Amino acid sequence: MESMSAVLKSGGALFSGAEGVIQAQVRQEDKTPREDRLTVGLPFVDDARMTCRGVSVFYGEKHAINNVSIDVGRNQVLAMIGPSGCGKSTFLRCLNRMNDTVEGCRVVGDIQLDNLNIYDRSVDVVPLRAQVGMVFQKPNPFPKSIYDNVAYGPKIHGLASSRAELDEVVESSLKKAGLWNEVSDRLDQPGTGLSGGQQQRLCIARAIAVRPEVILMDEPCSALDPIATATVEDLISELQEHYTIVIVTHNMQQAARVSQRTAYFHLGDLIEVGSTDRIFTNPRHRLTEDYITGRFG
Amino acid sequence: MLVGKKESTMDRVNRGLARRYRRERWFRLFGLSAIVTSVCFIGLLFVSIGANGWSAFQQTEILLDIHFDTEQFDVDNLSTANYGALVKNSMQTLFPDVAGRSEKRELSKLVSSGAPYILQKMVMQDTGIIGSSQKIWLPADDEVDMFQKGYILRDVMEGDRRLSDKQIGWIDQLFAEGRLEKKFNSTFFTAGDSREPELAGIRGAVAGSLFTLAVTLVLSFPIGVATAVYLEEFAPRNRWTDLVEVNINNLAAVPSIVFGLLGLAVFLNVFGMPRSAPLVGGLVLTLMTLPTIIIASRASLKSVPPSIREAALGVGASKMQAITHHILPLAMPGMMTGTIIGMAQALGETAPLLMIGMVAFIVDVPTAVTDPATVLPVQIYLWADSPERAFVERTSAAIMVLLAFLISMNAMAVFLRRKFERRW
Ligand SMILES: Nc1ncnc2c1ncn2[C@@H]1O[C@H](COP(=O)(O)OP(=O)(O)OP(=O)(O)O)[C@@H](O)[C@H]1O
Ligand SMILES: [Mg+2]
Repeated sequence: MESMSAVLKSGGALFSGAEGVIQAQVRQEDKTPREDRLTVGLPFVDDARMTCRGVSVFYGEKHAINNVSIDVGRNQVLAMIGPSGCGKSTFLRCLNRMNDTVEGCRVVGDIQLDNLNIYDRSVDVVPLRAQVGMVFQKPNPFPKSIYDNVAYGPKIHGLASSRAELDEVVESSLKKAGLWNEVSDRLDQPGTGLSGGQQQRLCIARAIAVRPEVILMDEPCSALDPIATATVEDLISELQEHYTIVIVTHNMQQAARVSQRTAYFHLGDLIEVGSTDRIFTNPRHRLTEDYITGRFG
Repeated sequence: MLVGKKESTMDRVNRGLARRYRRERWFRLFGLSAIVTSVCFIGLLFVSIGANGWSAFQQTEILLDIHFDTEQFDVDNLSTANYGALVKNSMQTLFPDVAGRSEKRELSKLVSSGAPYILQKMVMQDTGIIGSSQKIWLPADDEVDMFQKGYILRDVMEGDRRLSDKQIGWIDQLFAEGRLEKKFNSTFFTAGDSREPELAGIRGAVAGSLFTLAVTLVLSFPIGVATAVYLEEFAPRNRWTDLVEVNINNLAAVPSIVFGLLGLAVFLNVFGMPRSAPLVGGLVLTLMTLPTIIIASRASLKSVPPSIREAALGVGASKMQAITHHILPLAMPGMMTGTIIGMAQALGETAPLLMIGMVAFIVDVPTAVTDPATVLPVQIYLWADSPERAFVERTSAAIMVLLAFLISMNAMAVFLRRKFERRW
């Protein structure tokens, strides 16, 4: 009852004049004028896999994402860049409703996967998350064996009918994640016993073992060395043929290498979207330019 | 401040260093002395109980030549034979010069009044011994036992001790002939309660305790874990769940006798369950241990890192799958530790069981949860209340057994924690 009325209250406020108040708060932190915070570039594409319209995210009273509209192109890699705390992870987690698990987190707006609103009442999050897989910012393997880590998703979704088939899925997933050579002889050892970078690749293998259609990656390479990073980047390029990928990264070379489109976030606002080449060679917005030329962030 | 001379950072740090180390030393010393003191007290407790109780594990027995006289037995009705006479006759043959009624009675008092029942049991088991003569070790009376163990002193005036000079003479003679010995007291572990100390054992109480604990475990573990999982994972955070949480914490602090009164009012008076039954005892102790288990289980659920939950949900596990496949297994050691600690509390609980009649004098070893029974701590309480000197050592011995159970349960809790402790 109480929480319901709270939702109604702030929801009502959102659509009335309170938006200006929130904007005023944002402006206190940042001197960029209101009109400069509208998205520039080309947020929409013709062949969209996911479409987001007017998405705002609140953590309780905190306004973390403000009115973001963007498309994710089919079989494309979309890179999201921006200074720390600007809401990249928050936005990414909206795309497979992982924010549902965060207490006090509220998402408004419209997010569609293949023309179906994923926040619709009738949508079941279990198949949605099988369809939209995720690799988290911090490696989080299960405290189980390496094999069980990778096999878990296929097992619960019933994707493998026999043990041999499951073995095959595990092997191919680990190979794609570039981890097979290192762990093929110790699949029964705990996944938590791997190094940080290996753990992250294990998590990537775990995510792709379910064969999701869209893969969300939150700084998948932040804990990896250059060689492992190159493996993951190759993997991303390879996956891109069949999958749609959204990747958050702090590494601009990486964004330039793997993505077709790039989105720049700044304090909860989507500032600029465009083809990666254009963003990095000819940014239109001053904030984007400042960020990619290393003036702040 | 001195002018022109500026202190460097290192100087300042060094100046404060001695004080910082001194504080640390004091703190360590304080902690160490606290531990030493408590270890001393525990040691004192164990030593005093051990010193009082160890002698109860031995019992004085007397070797008698029993002649199972055929004339005494009616083959159709073996239980009515005069077994007391068999014991008396064999004592008579050992001391032929004892004459007169009162002297004879004094003589036969040296052997436990339970001896005839032992003979009866032997005959019932094997009728072949009728007609033969057997050498049999029979338990001595508790006064004889106390005398042998040095609790009844020779040099006290005859009127002030419970054995007469003549009886002491007979005991000495039996001892000299090798017919009187202290042997391992197996009765203590195999018999139920008895009015006669030499025939009393803890088997009934241990069985009662086990039945009661089994009922408690079977009820409180699933209910407690389910409650904890629901409250932690499913229940919405609102005023009602806050209220539930506060009340669970309150229940953990309610004096146990209140649960006993509740059990008396509800289980016995309303539902008409049997008195003195482990079933009811288990129900009452369940009420008492549930808060402990729920609180421990919630704490261990909380300690599972949220990243594991996210990982499971992220690959498309349903909430229930995330819980049963990942969160529960990780929280299980903590839950089991909490449960064992709750069980150990329940094992030592006396007051609520007094309320539901588990304090009765029960000779038979219970064989089901509905049989009348008592439990170890209540047995200790009953024996501690008995006037016979021999029950003093049995009280301490029963405490030793109870402590052994408690220590092994707590050791198991530590073992489980070590074994399943995970680092991530
Ligand atoms: N669970 C939460 N509760 C409240 N506020 C949160 C929560 N998670 C994130 N935030 C806030 O939302 C804003 C965006 O956070 P987010 O994690 O999306 O940033 P980010 O862009 O991913 O940063 P980084 O690059 O450091 O990972 C931050 O100001 C953060 O403090
Ligand atoms: Mg982030």
